[in-house]
Amino acid sequence: MRMNKKTLSAAVFGALLLTAAEGCSKKAPIAAALPPAPAAPRDTTGGESGPVSGLAPRIDSFTANPSSILPGESSNLTWSVANATDIMIDQNVGTVAANGNRQVFPTSTTTFNLTARGPGGMAARAVTVTVTGPPPPAPTPPKGSSLPGAEMLSREAQDAYFDYDRSDIRDDARQALTRDADLLRRIFASDPTFSVVVEGHCDERGSAEYNLGLGDRRASSAKDFLVGLGLPTDRIRTISYGKERPVCTDANEGCYQRNRRAHLAPAQ
Amino acid sequence: MKPKTVLVIISALLAGGALVLTGQEPTPGVDIAGGVSKESSKPVIAVPDFRGAGDAQKVMEVFNTTLWSELEGSGALKMAPKVTYPLLIPQQPSDFRAPTVTPSVTRGGPPQVTKNGPWLTDWSGPPVNANNLAIGYTVPQDGRLVLYGYLYNLSQPTPTQAQLINKTYFGSLDEGGARQVARQFAADILQQFGAKSLFGSKIFFVSDRGNGRNKEIWSMDYDGSNQKQLTFYKTITTQPAVSPDGKTLAFVTYPQLQRGNVTIDGQPQIMMHSVETGRRLTFNNFVSSVVETPDFTPDGQRVIFSTTIDRDPQICVSNLNGGNFRRISNIRAIEVSPKVNPRNGNEVVFISGRSGHQQLWRMNIDGSDVEMLTTGEGDVSNPAWSPDGQFIAFAWTRGYEPGNFNIFIMNIGKRQPIQLTHGMGRNENPSWGPDGLHMAFTSKQGRSTEVFTMLADGTHIQQLTGVGNNFQPVWARGIN
Repeated sequence: MRMNKKTLSAAVFGALLLTAAEGCSKKAPIAAALPPAPAAPRDTTGGESGPVSGLAPRIDSFTANPSSILPGESSNLTWSVANATDIMIDQNVGTVAANGNRQVFPTSTTTFNLTARGPGGMAARAVTVTVTGPPPPAPTPPKGSSLPGAEMLSREAQDAYFDYDRSDIRDDARQALTRDADLLRRIFASDPTFSVVVEGHCDERGSAEYNLGLGDRRASSAKDFLVGLGLPTDRIRTISYGKERPVCTDANEGCYQRNRRAHLAPAQ
Repeated sequence: MKPKTVLVIISALLAGGALVLTGQEPTPGVDIAGGVSKESSKPVIAVPDFRGAGDAQKVMEVFNTTLWSELEGSGALKMAPKVTYPLLIPQQPSDFRAPTVTPSVTRGGPPQVTKNGPWLTDWSGPPVNANNLAIGYTVPQDGRLVLYGYLYNLSQPTPTQAQLINKTYFGSLDEGGARQVARQFAADILQQFGAKSLFGSKIFFVSDRGNGRNKEIWSMDYDGSNQKQLTFYKTITTQPAVSPDGKTLAFVTYPQLQRGNVTIDGQPQIMMHSVETGRRLTFNNFVSSVVETPDFTPDGQRVIFSTTIDRDPQICVSNLNGGNFRRISNIRAIEVSPKVNPRNGNEVVFISGRSGHQQLWRMNIDGSDVEMLTTGEGDVSNPAWSPDGQFIAFAWTRGYEPGNFNIFIMNIGKRQPIQLTHGMGRNENPSWGPDGLHMAFTSKQGRSTEVFTMLADGTHIQQLTGVGNNFQPVWARGIN
């Protein structure tokens, strides 16, 4: 829980440097005596390295090939990132490894944002896949569409329940998530495009703002447990609802317990 | 800003438990202890009912109620009770008739005073004992409502010398117009006493009215009128914040994504909209499982918010378009609701669980000098700065079961918490009015959560909403 003192002071001085660079710090002379902060990578979304020690994440490449497609065609995203611990691509691609590629099927012109975070800060870059021509004609679901997987999930997945103000996995949640992991393995195998979102929920007692953080912890705990059972981390994303989507609204422990949960839903 | 007025109220509260508990009318709904012992030092104003000519009379009940409640609710004036008023009520300057004074018929006796009509002393003397008198009337003119408003300082000998306000106001010839001219006149009167007006200010809030599942951002006038839906995202849209100039609205929403024939929620995002045009402005979000509690820095140039970068939401700042993103806090704890002191632009209060329970903390905007402001008991949420940066209002469960929040305020210098609401439901989300005297907050009594306002001493509680559940009020000055 505690922060290393050196890291803290480095963070503070880094913040001072950045503030000074903006011309609004009165402590510029102190900052001037320090070594310069790591250079922030230039990018398209305005991301910049944070005030923490370590090498800044570096995005060596992030491309889409081809960059222009017809509806129904695919494009291949390829990337290479260094010095990052957490790399994400939006538009539901999710968390990815440092080097990799992914086939995407945008139906309209779509910009993919890659965000790399690490102890040295953050970097971001975007590529756009342009979709030209008329939209695909009939909405007949192709073979292997997300629907069967989504149906299996909503029929069979079990919620993992939590204690008040806690996010550690209880024994009953452990059993539920172990069964969920088997289910997800089957769905993932039958539908290679399927991915899942773990929702974190809370009872109504905490503040709305704190509960978003607590729901985040619950979703992460459940995801970590599933990944620990061998499920691919890049096909599981998390979202926190705090107390925004309760299954019941009574003010009693029975209802509170039903709302303190992690829930699996189709993400794609 | 008039910090003096707030300080009078606060020092009255602080003066060795000088809470006046007796004589406090029980307020329906919320149980508030409090009351201000300085009532006697406020100027006394007499406000007889105004009359309207022809069609204007139909809206005068709304006008008179609005004018009275604006002045009474300001906390700056004491209202002389209407039952004490004389029968002859002046409506305009020419109605005043000086009394005739003739020497006494008996030698050495008092001079004989003959009344010729309404006069200032009718109002300054007993039983009214007012210091000031507001009079006027309305007429319909070309389909509009015209108010002639006058204010007199009763310590002066003649109406000409006593006149402080002589002004004409225009509104639509309906109840909305009557409310508007009453508020404008009240604002001019309050200005005479150094009280900041709330006129034109707006309260932005979140409502689930409609289907009870989705939430959207709404706005209303500070008395609850003109409730208007601003967003139509048809999803969870919450946590409004308004820029210091009142022109930009920030909030959080879960965008809807279409996946085949299924609609799913995307991860939450900060949105920026123009208040005037409703147009969406660019804000580049990072993908995260949590993005929440956006607010503007006092210079209006940056956004401060909370987002999960690796684990747990942490305090971050960025430019107004999301660029130049910077993480301020870096600790394994849930940290939300950063609010920058409007007085110095440097001091940040926020809610953190770094000591265990969620408590109120402060730090400099560079992350230095971190310090806990509350005692560690209970859970704290929703900090809000007063406009002068002297006080923080917040919600706290200290002394109650988890979830039973009450509104507290704390002087940032003295660090002494003062409790404003006392049980009776769940009271949260305080937001100061631009006058620094009022605050909006939410209270849940029974099943629904509604927006209320009160004076910053816990008195004069008014319910503003009543449809569906309503949350997270943010009281902003209007654009004018």
